[in-house]
Amino acid sequence: MSETLEIIESEFAQASIETFQMVLISMVAAAIAGTLIGLILHLTSNPLFFKNKIVNGIAGTIVNIIRSMPFIILIIVLIPFTRIIVGTSIGAVAASVSLSIASIAFFARLVEGAFSEVDKGVIEAAVATGASTSLIIRKVLFVEATPALIRALTVTFVSIIGYSAMAGAVGGGGIGNLAIMYGYNRYQTGVLLFTVIVLIIIVQLGQWIGDKIALAFTRK
Amino acid sequence: MIELKNIDVIFQQNKHDFKAVNNVSLKIKKGEIFGIVGPSGAGKSTLVRVINLLQRPSRGQVFIEGQEITNLNRKELRKVRLNIGMIFQHFNLISGSTIAENVAFSLYANNYPKDKIPGRVKELLELVHLPEKADAYPANLSGGQKQRVAIARALANNPEILLCDEATSALDLENTEEIVALLKEINEKTKITIVFITHEMEVAKKLFDRIAFMEQGELKEVTDIYTAFTEPKEAISKSLVERVLNVNVPEALVVKEDETLLRLSYTGDDSYDPVISMASKNYDITVDIINGKIDYIHNKPFGVLILILRGEDEERAKALEYIQKNVYKLERLGGK
Repeated sequence: MSETLEIIESEFAQASIETFQMVLISMVAAAIAGTLIGLILHLTSNPLFFKNKIVNGIAGTIVNIIRSMPFIILIIVLIPFTRIIVGTSIGAVAASVSLSIASIAFFARLVEGAFSEVDKGVIEAAVATGASTSLIIRKVLFVEATPALIRALTVTFVSIIGYSAMAGAVGGGGIGNLAIMYGYNRYQTGVLLFTVIVLIIIVQLGQWIGDKIALAFTRK
Repeated sequence: MIELKNIDVIFQQNKHDFKAVNNVSLKIKKGEIFGIVGPSGAGKSTLVRVINLLQRPSRGQVFIEGQEITNLNRKELRKVRLNIGMIFQHFNLISGSTIAENVAFSLYANNYPKDKIPGRVKELLELVHLPEKADAYPANLSGGQKQRVAIARALANNPEILLCDEATSALDLENTEEIVALLKEINEKTKITIVFITHEMEVAKKLFDRIAFMEQGELKEVTDIYTAFTEPKEAISKSLVERVLNVNVPEALVVKEDETLLRLSYTGDDSYDPVISMASKNYDITVDIINGKIDYIHNKPFGVLILILRGEDEERAKALEYIQKNVYKLERLGGK
């Protein structure tokens, strides 16, 4: 018992910082690049905007390739790319590169789905007013998709927490890694239990906040 | 003025070509309320969407105020659309924006000066009698109110044309009448040209100046609204009009030896003349009214009566002759 507390005391703060770092970097990456790619996927599939089978096909295929790889494999495949970007392939920041790419692809599909759920008639009415595409994207598409986008971001957050446990494979650290290193490899069941509880609380809290915000933006 | 020339719209359905609109040519005058009616699937919604090119025709040209718009680029087309408002069956308001923001959307589209937007929105909401709802969301409004917001949005840039695609079809009777009255009021005030698609003949009767009957992608008949109801020519027009007047002979009726069954149609001024009472007074006959209806189209009465004349052959013949002279149309349905 005392050993458990000792390990938690000495390792947990560092692990939390690492997890926080990884989650924050990949959430920001997903929110920006994922939204953009999701938007491109939608605009090129909707005849009311710029339907383009070639662009849509290319973007869709790239997203599918990334999403079809198990995350642990993606980390390994991306090692050379990670070296180019951050100079090293080890550590929380390095792990964030592959984590970001996986989250971008994941979130992009969810964003595309959120946009395609927007009532076609509303977009059509906006087109009929003579509005520019950029105005329609800003004032109609994003406004109508906001609750769905927030929910998508919440789902992505939960997935990133899950993926980040695998970051240990490249020395990324984090709470999940703590569980594997001590809880599993060194038979410290207390540590395992503690980290699991912490992860449950983080996920529950994230989901709860996400739902609350999404609800606040729902006007139906 | 709106002019459609030889419009075809062809949809591909499971590798089959389906002609939703078939060689339609049409001129709609400035300032009139022009209606297109027909059964569902007739292609009327597709046709009205061709006017602002929400639907590109497969063949043919569209002219707005003399300008051909079918060959314009994206930017030029947007400019034309600023001059054509449109409202829809399901209102199509932005559910996540307030009523004021929904109306302001059209003004943003027109690069309206930012500082003048709140004032203009207020003016438009007053025009549609909804000033108190500016900060509400569409979900908190009734169907009729939502359609009024959609009208405010459509009129924001003072367009010369308003397209209405089944604009009252999702509304109850009360809200329908409210929207019809509002559109009439706006048409009178601003001389805006209104093109209205509907399958509701009651709306047609109250609102339209001219009407086009459409069936299977083709325009069958185009005429003024009064003529459409009094003298429909095509089969489709007749069937739609009859449903409104709905004056039929009861099935169980048996016409006796000394009786004549008649259908009288009244129009215009002669509706007010007491033809029937005069006939029964001057000739030795009795008159039974079996069924009847008098309707008003643009304040001009139009009536249909089903009568039985009873009496001696000679008197009946004289009475018939008298009635014939004094009504718009007389049909003998049975008896001698």
